[in-house]
Amino acid sequence: MSLAKTDPSLQRYSLWNRLNHWLVAISFVLLVLSGLPFFHPFFWSLTGLFGGPTMTRILHPWIGLFMAVMFVILAISFFRESLMRRHDIQWLKQIRDVLSNRADKLPPVGKNNAGQKLVYWIMLGSIALLLITGFLIWQPVVGQAVPITLRRLASMGHAYVAFLAIITLIIHIYSGIWVKGSFQAMVRGRVSKAWARHHHSLWYEEEMEKERKYRNITMRNPDPTGEEPS
Amino acid sequence: MRGSQVNQQDIIARSATKVPSPQVRSGNVERVTKLIDVTRCIGCKACQVACSEWNDLRDEVGECVGVYDNPLDLTPDSWQVMRFNEFEDEQGNLEWLIRKDNCMHCADPGCLAACPAPGAIVQYANGIVDFNSEHCIGCGYCVTGCPFDVPRISEVDGKSYKCTLCSDRVFNGLEPACVKSCPTGSIMFGTREDMLDLADTRTDFLKSRGHENAGIYNPEGVDGTHVIYVLKHADRPQLYNDLPENPSISPMVSTWKGVAKPLASAAIGLAALTGFFHYVAAGPNEHGEEDEQAVRDDEAREREREHSQREEQP
Repeated sequence: MSLAKTDPSLQRYSLWNRLNHWLVAISFVLLVLSGLPFFHPFFWSLTGLFGGPTMTRILHPWIGLFMAVMFVILAISFFRESLMRRHDIQWLKQIRDVLSNRADKLPPVGKNNAGQKLVYWIMLGSIALLLITGFLIWQPVVGQAVPITLRRLASMGHAYVAFLAIITLIIHIYSGIWVKGSFQAMVRGRVSKAWARHHHSLWYEEEMEKERKYRNITMRNPDPTGEEPS
Repeated sequence: MRGSQVNQQDIIARSATKVPSPQVRSGNVERVTKLIDVTRCIGCKACQVACSEWNDLRDEVGECVGVYDNPLDLTPDSWQVMRFNEFEDEQGNLEWLIRKDNCMHCADPGCLAACPAPGAIVQYANGIVDFNSEHCIGCGYCVTGCPFDVPRISEVDGKSYKCTLCSDRVFNGLEPACVKSCPTGSIMFGTREDMLDLADTRTDFLKSRGHENAGIYNPEGVDGTHVIYVLKHADRPQLYNDLPENPSISPMVSTWKGVAKPLASAAIGLAALTGFFHYVAAGPNEHGEEDEQAVRDDEAREREREHSQREEQP
């Protein structure tokens, strides 16, 4: 992929991760917009965005199915970096420092901080539950064949899990606005070294180490063109 | 006795609607009730035929599977079915219990509570619960909400259908088609008060004939129904093809549709607002000059180290 002149130096998300993330994000927003009207009549006018109430009912499960598939791929590639570590617990305990922008008091953070990891795990759990409960109440594809008690449970569960997921989504989006550079990181995939050092110092060290090794190799095996390793 | 108005100005409950429904013409409208006296039913199914006839419903002709129930269940095209049950009492006498099954027109309708489409389900001042199918979106929530398993979703148009208590006939001062057709007077129709009186009379009569468990089925759990039964075994309604003993809207449905949702909706708005105010108060989370400087220092150190390494090498 070509780099723009203004793109910073460190690669944080690959092109495929980014496309994958935005496909999930767009379908998730569509799901919120098409699901809220069935959550509470206050949001009924949102059905107008999808060609009417019945069309909204028809489209919502298909978008959901698409998102679930996309999310599985995303969840697999983000799995390792989302595992909770000991320093993440400390970070969570200092959530007040986090919210007050007192980065100097926080323990060093790896590629993802504990908040990002929580978003990962909450979304993983919610989307799995939403997929199952949504499938059980899917009209007319599945619904009729499911025992009524299970359908009631699924309808209730779908609403409450969706609420949890929407709140998580709001926090996730806000974090992207609040932490300057992170939105750009997911759009162009790149961050500056200073950004990395400030927000994810352990990851910054790792990346520096990688760079050092790379330079060592190029130093021992100089490029035949004779150019200085940059 | 007056029925519902065609211009819909006597609506006392409306699905997915939080503001008052048009109800100016509900003054002095008496609640209606259909009384089904199971003890007088001979299972002729004239009511089933009359229902299809009046409502222009033509269900697919099925196959006989060896029982009298035909069709075997309610369908989008069969809004009522006769349920035949054989019951042997304590003395070893065989009883044939035949119950006309259709929408009960609950005073507190679970379908209406569960429906997300504004105005797809309405309740008129006379108590009839009607599906306004033009607004139906086919989500099946009414099926989830119904304690009697009555609504059925059509495979043809994806809409939900059930007995209307012939709201169109009642509107014109006629009794429902099933009532009109019943040859034994087992199905009766009138004001709620009259029908409850009549049901009492019938229950007393049955008791005087030695059926001491005779009684009225008008379940309290849904605030009573506008279709009531006189049962010989009112103490055991489940004998009549699993008529629920104490039906009510499932707690799962009321938890799902209750007060939690407006609260949750408010919480969603509040979460977004909290984010905005956090930004106003705490400001952006960004790296500063000290990070830039630290990175430059790191890089300088690194270059120095590499430089000395290179000099050490021969």
